[in-house]
Amino acid sequence: MHKIQAKSINLYYKDFHALKDVSIAIRENTVTALIGPSGCGKSTFLRIFNRMNDLIDGVRITGIALMDEEDIYDRKTQVDELRRKVGMVFQKPNPFPKSIFENVAYGLRVNGISDKKMIEEWVERSLSKAALWDEVKDKLKKSAFELSGGQQQRLCIARALAIKPSVLLMDEPASALDPISTAKIEELIYDLKKNYTILIVTHNMQQAGRVSDHTGFFYLGELVEYGETKTIFTNPKDKKTQNYITGRFG
Amino acid sequence: MTHLDEELLQLKSAITEMWQQVISQLKKTQEALVTYDKDLAREITAHEKRVNAMELNIDRDCENIIALFNPVAIDLRFVLAVLKINNNLERSGDIAGGIAKFIVKNESPFDEKLLEVTQVLLMIEEAKDMLEDVLKAFETEDTKLARRIFKRDELLDEINIRANAVIAEYIRTNPEKIDQSLYILSAIRKLERVGDQCKNIAEEIIFYVEAKVLKHGSKKDKK
Repeated sequence: MHKIQAKSINLYYKDFHALKDVSIAIRENTVTALIGPSGCGKSTFLRIFNRMNDLIDGVRITGIALMDEEDIYDRKTQVDELRRKVGMVFQKPNPFPKSIFENVAYGLRVNGISDKKMIEEWVERSLSKAALWDEVKDKLKKSAFELSGGQQQRLCIARALAIKPSVLLMDEPASALDPISTAKIEELIYDLKKNYTILIVTHNMQQAGRVSDHTGFFYLGELVEYGETKTIFTNPKDKKTQNYITGRFG
Repeated sequence: MTHLDEELLQLKSAITEMWQQVISQLKKTQEALVTYDKDLAREITAHEKRVNAMELNIDRDCENIIALFNPVAIDLRFVLAVLKINNNLERSGDIAGGIAKFIVKNESPFDEKLLEVTQVLLMIEEAKDMLEDVLKAFETEDTKLARRIFKRDELLDEINIRANAVIAEYIRTNPEKIDQSLYILSAIRKLERVGDQCKNIAEEIIFYVEAKVLKHGSKKDKK
């Protein structure tokens, strides 16, 4: 089953045609990597699925974006509810200026959960899913800023997971991290796909190879090629894709 | 266990399974030769396709691991070693298939005396044992066991060297059995190659575990 789909998506930042007729269908419980040179539209495309581009002045979108077969740009779509179902993790870890516990609990409270025991259980479960529980269980009241960069990023992932999304959008989640933290994030992504559909933008092609099932190569706003990651990295169909992944441009 | 570890384990499992298939092919070849079982021989030649398919799959798996995971150090050596071991095993499988074809083509049971003087059955037994031992060396990363393979190949070489004279003498006294004699001579040539494949595999195991390259090296290097 396709969890998310894009059909002939065009996006304009005022006069600039940022996404050109992009169509893609992403299966449930898979990891899809979006690769391409800077400015090619990867992050813009990622933001289609939680409608974060709506927050930018002058943006215009045509085409259809579906999640669970429903048009997420339909007038009846509740954007807040969409953003609960579609979690996002950014390049730079951005924990709230709160305790580790409150960072995860905040989303639950905002979504109407007030039962103390339930919140504690969900916080533990989310931190466990983000492979962070063992490292922070004895200091949940400490500020999130006392954590290392890698831990902060995993806290942000736990925060996203707490409100039970079904899709995770990750925009270069490890690019600001050291190699060991990066490896932990990558292993986490590999584990998380059992329960979530993940879309990840990355500049690191080796990372795309390691973590993803499918890869989409973007260039100048177009989705040049999309396919199984092992095919993209062993025998891409398009010469531009081959030139990019072999480091001959971009 | 990381994602890469899982992939490497699956690769090891795949090559081990292929290895066992090739050993099984040699065992059946030995049996078919002794009992002149043409049905068994045909089964061996049919099964060769399965071994060939395994080779293609393993080649592809190695390619994917290198492309997707950029393994380094021992992981890279392991994948490179498996790539070459894969090729050596496939050739050994071909050899079993080739000997089985002789059994199918031969019009009467092989003379027991011919089998005895040429020591062809001993060769098959030794080739099969060498494959089993080099598999054990691979599974347990035992480079001492791998090194012992180099010496054992000498038996196969000796039988091969003597084969011309032995078979020539046999033909002189049994001229009506020239056809099967020539099949046995060809089988001996093929089995000597299995010994060489086992040596190559042993070299790859030592490369993967110890990062030493023994290819084209002297006998002293291989001790």
